[in-house]
Amino acid sequence: MKFGVVIFPGSNCEQDCYYVVQSVLGQPVEYIWHEETSVKGFDAIILPGGFAYGDYLRTGALAKFSPVMNAVADFAKEGGVVFGICNGFQILTEAGLLPGALLRNSGLKYLCKFEYLRTETVDTPFTNLMTKGQLLRIPIGHGDGNFFADAGTLERLEGNGQVVFRYADSQGRTTREANPNGSLNNIAGIVNEGRNVLGMMPHPDRSSEEILGSADGKLIFESMVNALVERR
Amino acid sequence: MKATVIVTLKPTVLDPQGITIHRSLGSLGMTDITDVRQGKIFNIELKDGRREQVERLAKEVLTNPVIEEYRIIWEQV
Repeated sequence: MKFGVVIFPGSNCEQDCYYVVQSVLGQPVEYIWHEETSVKGFDAIILPGGFAYGDYLRTGALAKFSPVMNAVADFAKEGGVVFGICNGFQILTEAGLLPGALLRNSGLKYLCKFEYLRTETVDTPFTNLMTKGQLLRIPIGHGDGNFFADAGTLERLEGNGQVVFRYADSQGRTTREANPNGSLNNIAGIVNEGRNVLGMMPHPDRSSEEILGSADGKLIFESMVNALVERR
Repeated sequence: MKATVIVTLKPTVLDPQGITIHRSLGSLGMTDITDVRQGKIFNIELKDGRREQVERLAKEVLTNPVIEEYRIIWEQV
């Protein structure tokens, strides 16, 4: 099993992701420079956080034209496991691998703090070690995390159980007050219809060890390992 | 010739920046202004009559069709 962590010019969380896979999970991992045209040999691809291409134009807008994204799209089409964190989520929506878009936070401020996430679906390669409704404490760090989709798309996402994580309070209530950025339906993370592509704004790569304040993020990476082992 | 591409959020998409600008106008006494929507402008120069690439640029790069729409103003110089 081999993880790949894509580096775009402007990515800044690739080392966090690489470290978690290598040192916390003990799994093989390699960086993939954005000019690569193939992701052959990899079993899971992570698009890390950061500011790819400086987030110029729109977040993720220019990263989607990087050569590696064609390979990632083909990989996803064949059922490959793809995980976009923060800027990686924004890139996946821009590339059309996930529906919706991430708008400027409703409060216009960059937010960097811990949030509670309620696990909404466990039927994915990213949440198979969790129970439905399980609360995870995972930090956010973004200025554009306000999830938006048109009414039809939102209805489809909810109907298909594609909403994976919602912002909640410490009691698991998905209230307006628990919503940090104005995301529709408190959405923090979604999967595609095939359930093999996950995008989320919060950072499990920053919360996979107790020393960082929470190790809840590790459950997502461990679920990926679990899913990949079962596939073999 | 020149092209000006104007990109704005669709009317159905919330514009937190526009709302914030509009809200602050009250304290300046500009109460006749009933709405503000923020957008982007791209000034582009192109070979005369060769509009196709600008149309592609506007559609495929400058705009995210999930949230935005665009219009192009052409100008002969």
